[in-house]
Amino acid sequence: MEYKDYYKIMGVDRKATQDEIKRAYRKLARKYHPDVSKETDAELKFKELGEANEVLKDPEKRAAYDQLGSNWNAQQGFQPPPDWGTGFEYQGAPPGGGGQEGFSDFFESLFGQGRSPGGSRGFHMHGEDHHAKILIDLEDSFNGASRSISLQMPEVNQDGHVVTRTRTLKVQIPKGIRQGQQIRLGGQGATGMGSGKAGDLYLEIEFKPHRHYRVEGADVFLELPLAPWEAALGASVKVPTPAGAIDLKIPPNSQAGKKLRLKGRGIPAKTPGDLYVVVQIVLPPADDDKARAIYKRMQDELEFNPRATLEVA
Amino acid sequence: MATNKTLTGQLLEDYDLVSIGDLCRSCTVEVETISLLVAEGILDPVGGDVEHWQFTVASLRRVKTAIHLQRDLGVNLAGAALALELLDRIAELERM
Repeated sequence: MEYKDYYKIMGVDRKATQDEIKRAYRKLARKYHPDVSKETDAELKFKELGEANEVLKDPEKRAAYDQLGSNWNAQQGFQPPPDWGTGFEYQGAPPGGGGQEGFSDFFESLFGQGRSPGGSRGFHMHGEDHHAKILIDLEDSFNGASRSISLQMPEVNQDGHVVTRTRTLKVQIPKGIRQGQQIRLGGQGATGMGSGKAGDLYLEIEFKPHRHYRVEGADVFLELPLAPWEAALGASVKVPTPAGAIDLKIPPNSQAGKKLRLKGRGIPAKTPGDLYVVVQIVLPPADDDKARAIYKRMQDELEFNPRATLEVA
Repeated sequence: MATNKTLTGQLLEDYDLVSIGDLCRSCTVEVETISLLVAEGILDPVGGDVEHWQFTVASLRRVKTAIHLQRDLGVNLAGAALALELLDRIAELERM
């Protein structure tokens, strides 16, 4: 069993006061809270933090933990001393209500199971619904897809203990799905108690950031780089779309920022979205004589004031 | 319970509505909690009196987040409301 250094997790000294521990916890909890944090391993970090706080915030538990520290031997792994496990009774929050479901084995060997077993006999309760966000590719919405997702779920096992289990589910992503829509999977939430029905699992759809496209509702936006002459004279250029490349006609005098709408080429929902191609003009670098000569000719021969609207003459 | 079967769920539109009873059951909270969230402006119910209130499916996650923030970070309801609004704003900016 792996020893957990709760002080290290909290980033505090072993001699830290209870106030310092509280402050450290609050600060880190805000940083790693799964509903707020953008850190990749926020959920894991937050869980560890909750466990560390559960021990260190309670002077009695902290004392018990400190006692263990001096006997700790990294080579041997952790074995609780034989007289351990008495006198420190830990009563956790009831299932579904507690914030820190599924403490580590290390914690449980010290303070016992987080929940009192039993209590569920003869008791029927509808299982809680679970909610999760899933990240999919924009292309999944265009083509429909089947995606495997892994979810960490607290679960009450046969002895009435709460354990965290990783479940892998294969889910059908319907074609035309949009950001913010949810997929409800009946009976895939928490198991019910007694003869209570299992809860449902709600999956909220979010698109992964795409290197070419931006999505708003069912509409898709693409920034299209053009050479100045393509934008000025008009052109036919190859343009990627989530459904495959197309040839797009660029009208003459297309200024930067101009939007070209391709009706119905957005997300293929019931009412399909549109694809907007936003013109971007890229200047060829003026880093040799030839290029400079062409720019110089335009400067000499074209009457053009790009700042006419700024009225500074 | 590893399953190889591909699950097909029911697709919910963001404007689909759930009753207050369903919302309470789904989030394992009491009606009073929902009333407090409504009073704080965290949730916008459709319909007249409390028993006939309906909420968009997006509310399901919102209720849970509001509760988690209060429980885990020690903020009060107004603080949770502010955090939720800022989270919405960040999500909006990140989509642009």
